[in-house]
Amino acid sequence: MAAKAAATPAHWSDDVFREMKSRDITTVCTIPDGGLTQLLLKVEADPAMRLVTLSTEEEGMGVVTGQWAGGKRAMIAMQSSGVGNCINALGFPAAYKAPCLMLVTMRGQWGEFNPWQVSMGQAVRPALEAVGVRCFPVDKIDEIAETFAAAADMAFNSSISAAVLVSQRVIGAKGFGQK
Amino acid sequence: MSNAPSKASAALNPTSNKLQRRPFVADIMKHRGNGLVVTGLGSPTWDLFAAGDRPDNLYSWGGMGLAVPTALGLALAQPDRRVLALTGDGEMMMGIGSLGVVADQAPNNLAILVLDNERFSETGRQRGLTGSRVDLCAVAKGFGIRETMLVTEESQKDALARFLFETPGPILAVAKIALSEDPWRLPEKDGAAIARRFKISLGLEKP
Repeated sequence: MAAKAAATPAHWSDDVFREMKSRDITTVCTIPDGGLTQLLLKVEADPAMRLVTLSTEEEGMGVVTGQWAGGKRAMIAMQSSGVGNCINALGFPAAYKAPCLMLVTMRGQWGEFNPWQVSMGQAVRPALEAVGVRCFPVDKIDEIAETFAAAADMAFNSSISAAVLVSQRVIGAKGFGQK
Repeated sequence: MSNAPSKASAALNPTSNKLQRRPFVADIMKHRGNGLVVTGLGSPTWDLFAAGDRPDNLYSWGGMGLAVPTALGLALAQPDRRVLALTGDGEMMMGIGSLGVVADQAPNNLAILVLDNERFSETGRQRGLTGSRVDLCAVAKGFGIRETMLVTEESQKDALARFLFETPGPILAVAKIALSEDPWRLPEKDGAAIARRFKISLGLEKP
């Protein structure tokens, strides 16, 4: 048993994936990020789920709204740089009072290596809050799943937009081997 | 050779754009059956409302570029219903990458009709990108959309209706419409009311 557990160490995406499944989230729209890799692989491997690869993140606001209008639950997973692409589009689900759940892996904050990421990374939370999105920051790995669950329940039960912001402190800062 | 857009295409009423949008859309919609229609913001929303208000019209007053992504989400959620995205050329251009997403997901119940007057007609008729070089049907083909249809004549209307509501999707048609002065026909503006009525019509919410 111990040997098996060591061979497949637990990953936060296992817990988030379980919370997604238990809430009937069946579609995940994405422009991927390194920190999302394991979660997206689980979605792709599950025959009951659909991964929708986008060309730009704001398309996700349309897809989740259409899914909701058609009776299904969907969400968007993206890197924090994609949040900037979504600002006008976030008014779309809000106008329909459609739920819009986002899982955002952060860049440009904790230990960032790439200066080009810093501007948007620092602006993510104030920009989202300026357009009415409730933010749920996560700084500790053992708090991701419960925070995601709380944000998902609030989004779907109260029909609002909610973003879970996963810190680089949790997923690790990208270093391109130069740290 | 100049790289500037041609004089002919920059003319206010190009001779190829002669379809009158209001009667044209109304005639096409006679063939929709139980098809669901998602509109792009602005004139396509007014056109659909003018063609006859129905609860299974998902009108939009904003979110430029999101008509096709919304119709895609709906088509995937309701695979047994035909879904039509009815939008304009500028709205389509803003969300042009979504054609690649549609082609990748390949829902066979999704059709797109672009009402193309080659102008930003809502904001003062400024020149758009489809009047000179951009060929939306070729673009859609390049993204991997199964079939496309270019409509310039009234006589193609029946063929277009069959294309939009019977041909396996995802498909895209472009109708070259004229610039026109149409009376304001504005549907419900409250998105929550639009969506709630829509979901009731699908049996997803109680009246």
